[in-house]
Amino acid sequence: MKIRSTEDHNVKLHMTAMIDIVFQLLVFFIMTFKIVEMEGDFNVRMPLAAKESTSIEDVLPDLITVRLKVGAEGKIAGIDVDNGVDGDSYFDPDMYSRLTDFVEKTIDTEGDPSEAIETEVEFDIDYDLKYSYTVQAIESVSGKIVDGDVKKLIEKIKFKDNSEQAE
Amino acid sequence: MRFRKDNNSEIMEGDLTPMIDVTFLLIAFFMVLINFTEVDRAEEILLPKSRLAIPPTVRPDYQIILNLDVDGIVKFGGQQFDQIDFLDSALEREKSAAQIENVQPRDISVIIRSHQDTPTGLVQKLINKCQQVGLENFSLRVKEKINY
Repeated sequence: MKIRSTEDHNVKLHMTAMIDIVFQLLVFFIMTFKIVEMEGDFNVRMPLAAKESTSIEDVLPDLITVRLKVGAEGKIAGIDVDNGVDGDSYFDPDMYSRLTDFVEKTIDTEGDPSEAIETEVEFDIDYDLKYSYTVQAIESVSGKIVDGDVKKLIEKIKFKDNSEQAE
Repeated sequence: MRFRKDNNSEIMEGDLTPMIDVTFLLIAFFMVLINFTEVDRAEEILLPKSRLAIPPTVRPDYQIILNLDVDGIVKFGGQQFDQIDFLDSALEREKSAAQIENVQPRDISVIIRSHQDTPTGLVQKLINKCQQVGLENFSLRVKEKINY
């Protein structure tokens, strides 16, 4: 029996179709690619009961109250700070860095490094103040950048209920 | 003078392998970077910027993303709520969905993406609304400000 030998064909793959698809995929991903800026969070834990703890007898030594006052066009007009022992008011353009200094001084006075975590900041914010100014104040009490490193100050933040200010 | 006739009529084919390799690498690069979380983000909301905000490293067990614009309109889960007061039923629904997944309301992470010009009072009102449903873990989302 004679077996027919298979012919020695050179099998060639047609790459054109695959390259077409690959380039279409590439173009799709390039066109839909969007550089998104990184987002970060300020974490705030606020149970419902916390908003009632604003009476005078509840103001403990480890509570710093920060009042943000609104000016024209929703911009910030001034900051009042009070830690139960000491207080101050800032109206100058450096008010945020002075707020940071006040918080840092309060924590340093208390000595124990763990106090920084225990100390709480309560924000009393005017209703119409633009949110960006509030975030700036939260940033000022949360920490500061020293030689490129972040020094953490306060982690516990809460808001005083200002719903009565709403029209 | 005699010219040598070139009988080699084969089509010249370059080696495509390196080009295909590079192209596949590019596709892989763009596929990895493509962002599928855009559904949760309302692009018209301009977040305030901060240098100290911490980018989330771990995704919470259950999260709710609330987008609040300047006029107090809330965008949440593909729906639009013209007033914060209309959010009750939607928040209750989310709470029930979380409980089915054994996540307690206090452990639900509420991410607030508010426009930088929104009155802070509206943000507080939104927080109060969430508190009424039993939510207490809030994250105020900001854009990372990079100092060059």
